Amino acid sequence: TFVFRMFNIVLVDGVRTPFLLSGTSYSDLMPHDLGRGALQGLLNRTGVPKEIVDHIIYGIVIQEVKTSNVAREAALGAGFSDKTPAHTVTMACISSNQAMTSAVGLIAAGQCDVVVAGGVEFMSDVPIRHSRKMRKTMLSLNKAKTLGQRLSLLGSIRMGHLMPELPAVAEFSTAESMGHSADRLAAAFGVTRVEQDEYALRSHRLAKKAQDEGLLSDIISFQVPGKNIISADNGIRPTSMEQMGKLKPAFVKPHGTVTAANSSFLTDGASAVLIMSEEKALALGYKPKAYLRDFVYVSQDPKDQLLLGPTYATPKVLEKSGLTMEDIDVFEFHEAFAGQIVANLKAMDSDWFAQNCMGRKSKVGVPPMEKFNTWGGSLSLGHPFAATGCRLVTTVAHRLQKEGGQYGVVAACAAGGQVFLPKYTYAQLARADTEYSRGATVQVFLVHSFGLFSVHVLCMKMTMCKSVQKHF
Amino acid sequence: MAGVRAVGILSRFATSKYSRLSGHGHRSLSMSSSLLARTYANYEIKDGVAVIRINDPNSKVNTLSKPLQAEMTEILEEIWGNSAVKGAVLISSKPGSFIAGADLNMIQACKSAEEVTTLSQEGQKMFDKIEKSPIPIVAAINGSCLGGGLEFAIACQYRLATKSKKTVLGTPEVMLGLLPGAGGTQRLPKMLGIPAAFDMMLTGRNIRPDKAKKMGLVHQLVDPLGPGLKSPEEATIQYLETVAIEAAKNLANKKLSVKKEKGLVQKLQDMVMGLPFVRKQIYNMVTKKVMGQTKGLYPAPLKIIECVQTGIEKGTTAGSLAESVNFGNLAMTSESLALRGLYHGQVACKKNNFGSPARDVKNLAVLGAGLMGAGIAQVTVDKSVRTILKDTTVEGLTRGQQQVYKGLNDKTKKKAITSFQRDTTMSFLTGQLDYRGFDQADMVIEAVFEDLNVKHKVIKEVEAVIPPHCIFATNTSALPIKEIAAASKRPEKVIGMHYFSPVDKMQLLEIITTDKTSKDTTASAVAVGLKQGKIIIVVGDGPGFYTTRCLAAMLAEAVRVLQEGVGPKKLDALTKGLGFPVGGAALADEVGIDVAAHVAEDLGKALGSRFGGGNVEVLKTMVQKGYKGRKSGKGCYVYEKKSKDKKVNPGVEEILKAYQLKPAPSVSGDEDVQYRLLSRFVNESVLCLQEGILPDPVQGDIGAVFGLGFPPCLGGPFRFVDSFGADKLVQKMHRYEEVYGNQFSPCQLLLDHAKDSNKRFHK
Repeated sequence: TFVFRMFNIVLVDGVRTPFLLSGTSYSDLMPHDLGRGALQGLLNRTGVPKEIVDHIIYGIVIQEVKTSNVAREAALGAGFSDKTPAHTVTMACISSNQAMTSAVGLIAAGQCDVVVAGGVEFMSDVPIRHSRKMRKTMLSLNKAKTLGQRLSLLGSIRMGHLMPELPAVAEFSTAESMGHSADRLAAAFGVTRVEQDEYALRSHRLAKKAQDEGLLSDIISFQVPGKNIISADNGIRPTSMEQMGKLKPAFVKPHGTVTAANSSFLTDGASAVLIMSEEKALALGYKPKAYLRDFVYVSQDPKDQLLLGPTYATPKVLEKSGLTMEDIDVFEFHEAFAGQIVANLKAMDSDWFAQNCMGRKSKVGVPPMEKFNTWGGSLSLGHPFAATGCRLVTTVAHRLQKEGGQYGVVAACAAGGQVFLPKYTYAQLARADTEYSRGATVQVFLVHSFGLFSVHVLCMKMTMCKSVQKHF
Repeated sequence: MAGVRAVGILSRFATSKYSRLSGHGHRSLSMSSSLLARTYANYEIKDGVAVIRINDPNSKVNTLSKPLQAEMTEILEEIWGNSAVKGAVLISSKPGSFIAGADLNMIQACKSAEEVTTLSQEGQKMFDKIEKSPIPIVAAINGSCLGGGLEFAIACQYRLATKSKKTVLGTPEVMLGLLPGAGGTQRLPKMLGIPAAFDMMLTGRNIRPDKAKKMGLVHQLVDPLGPGLKSPEEATIQYLETVAIEAAKNLANKKLSVKKEKGLVQKLQDMVMGLPFVRKQIYNMVTKKVMGQTKGLYPAPLKIIECVQTGIEKGTTAGSLAESVNFGNLAMTSESLALRGLYHGQVACKKNNFGSPARDVKNLAVLGAGLMGAGIAQVTVDKSVRTILKDTTVEGLTRGQQQVYKGLNDKTKKKAITSFQRDTTMSFLTGQLDYRGFDQADMVIEAVFEDLNVKHKVIKEVEAVIPPHCIFATNTSALPIKEIAAASKRPEKVIGMHYFSPVDKMQLLEIITTDKTSKDTTASAVAVGLKQGKIIIVVGDGPGFYTTRCLAAMLAEAVRVLQEGVGPKKLDALTKGLGFPVGGAALADEVGIDVAAHVAEDLGKALGSRFGGGNVEVLKTMVQKGYKGRKSGKGCYVYEKKSKDKKVNPGVEEILKAYQLKPAPSVSGDEDVQYRLLSRFVNESVLCLQEGILPDPVQGDIGAVFGLGFPPCLGGPFRFVDSFGADKLVQKMHRYEEVYGNQFSPCQLLLDHAKDSNKRFHK
């Protein structure tokens, strides 16, 4: 029998490597190298004793087959104890959110006190495979016993066998690429090209400002082996509306509105956070940065609502915790595409959408832009799929501290597979709460639920927690 | 069954269901002076582009009717007279239909070929004007764009189409015995090249948007949208309009050009097509192919070839004249009348005339995973209805489930569905050996062995486990439903649902009601059938119902013909010569000789000597020797994998020799043999109407054509009697009656029609 604890769960700190455009300075690395960098950075910054880390959970989307449990490889390489179990999770663009909520679950279930969560994505190199026919022949070749058998197998190889299999560009269930889906989404909400370009430009300008003002303090420097030290993101490029307006649509041609400039780019990067029970953090003398309070996962139709998760999930998590949009001081939404963000904002502002698609009486309401992604977002900072979630949560904590806010919300939409392989949409939310009485730390509380079933399971846990608490 | 092929042609009429949506009825129309309230079409000027919206207020689909044409002409004159208008967009406000074709009633109302020719010429003139429009006109296509609608679109300067499932382009006129009569035969060859144009016009096939883009039929594709600030349908139309306006503007200011760089293949093809010798070869080849497939029974395809040829060889003026004259002539042919009758009949048989059932069938169970049972399961899961497939053995169940999977996987291979859709569809199927879950079933369809005792056992077992509201449907091809229902505790819930093999290909469903079947049960069975995509006839109970009875009469004659020394190949040639898609002998092999023997014996017993003719022993001996038809590898023919040319089974030749009959020379000429076969079929049909088994001639025609492959060019047995003349038919039958006796006695209703030439089955 489990004993569920009603612990406050806290974010002690979070770090990330600089996010770089794929094919630039990180290009010769492997995914676990970057993961190692983030984990080592976390160790250095927090000074947490390695032996007290109970578990490590790491996210990745495009797996390198040589390091299929990338969590373990990265952790060992980073100098964590070989006695600390590590496992890898994957849930498209919210893989590290999944890592964090899994950590919350382990702590809430009384399994752990100290968990490291994070994620890495490495798009400079992706697994390109032999064709299925070729693989089959090669595997049979392994089993062939005689020279004759081998020769006949080799003889069966045709030109067609040699065609490589690239990671699919189309998503599995609907055969549509994510950019294409974003373009249709933008059209469905009447989002114009100009609105998208303006939003993208805003993201780049805010990111540049944050970078210049030194606000992106979650970045730890990364020494590329044998090369220079990288200490800043390289995708931030505030240009002009004129420049952006020149680009041709990238997915829907010729009349589409999503372009390379208003989409997030392929990125290499890794992130990590240290999560503890409040009790443990305080006992170790930490000043946690935020409480992780609650989370929700939702999923919708992968065809037409692939990227609308934030609209569905935001009101859910607010209502669950008895808050309203006005109570929130900091919003951090993952920016997959400018069109997707603007579409979500329009959806949140639409009574029609609320009534016809969400079964609500009235619209969700729009987050005020002065609280929204004010330090840039995935469009400008970059989007290494499985690393983005931790960046969002750490940023909320830092912004709450900096701006003196109390609550923050994180939302991200995700596909099922990879950037090119959207499947289901999940939105993930974190709520931050600054009311931390001991010390000036701000706490982010993060809860996700995955689909209906998981929601039930989670609710059960929560009620049990409360009853246990009452008992005490 | 190969019979599917010709019948399948008819399946492709566009009869998709359109969601009822007001479209843009609420659009604010106030500002523009151009908005005289017209009924069928209106326009507004947006940013220098006239957006012409078509919306027939009286129908779910837009058709090219006289009033629409008149309003369209007015609008175009206004637009062309307005120097502020730089371009135009033609769009429909209906989500499922751009223009579904010309108004058939317009043709029906004409008394002479000349009148129809005039109609065609008016259409040609209007589209010529559009083609020569001083400003670019963009056709923005969402939904069906067929026949006259397509001819309208291809006269425009630019075409956009949505990738919606409902968007189809095509020239289905040939399936109505007509030709594209408003410039289609002239424009399509120039636009697509001669071979592609022939393919499109001669098959009448529906072309999906992606293919249309590849062929050069449309210039640009637009994705359908999901829900946003409006419903997906409205959002999609609005998006299409926005993109179309942009295209019109770009065409007007030359940012966008219609001319496309021709690829090497295209250039080569053009060069080859420039040679008169090559073109002549193509005309000959296509004519030969058409003659091979139609046996010369359908005049329309030949006229299409003629029009194309005239246009290319003698110029568009001559071609257009040929087009309009031939269009007029074709409209008056019996073949066109027959095919148009089938079209209307088919539309009528896709409606539920029994009202909405009290409850929807959400859980269905099929008993027996044989060919039929698995087929029924496949068409059911295909529509996302939870389906249990139950069999008594693991082997049978496995085979059945494999059949369903193969059916769906074949669709995947053809790219009609994705592998993901295949898998989610399969997830609706549960295969099992027991009655688990039957307590949730809303309907059970049994497709077990055709034996009354087995059926009784099954009905008792099932009734013990199903809930009170559950309907028990029996898929039998000959056993009277009331005899099966005799074992039921609640005969009002028992009904016959006679599917045709292969179920996923054959469109017909024959529903059989007994005098005890409740109306709600019938309504429910029809609703399920419609959901499965079937064309439905509802008939009364009796031995062989309607379809099996007619077929049995004809097969009895076919066996006699064989016994008289006409070989299977000759028999097939004769039946195909009538227009049957499959010959008599091949059909028997497809149905199964054992089934045929069973039915022949049962009906012979029930209905007496009228079902005589061929000796049932011929069939029974064949079954004894294992010649059960295609399924056993041997029937009238020997079926070998990979061998294209069917060989006659020598074993059957021996049997036929043993049962040899002496032919009567006076009624054994080729034509007489054909009419012997046909008249027995037709007489039995008319008798079914006379006896009240059939509710009306329309369902009789539809059942015969879609279920049994009765020649579509004849339009069904009742249409045939009307066009051939009941008196002439009766005369022939009397001649055969003298030789063979009562098998050829015309029934009373047929005699009545023969006496009074004013009596007709179809008005």
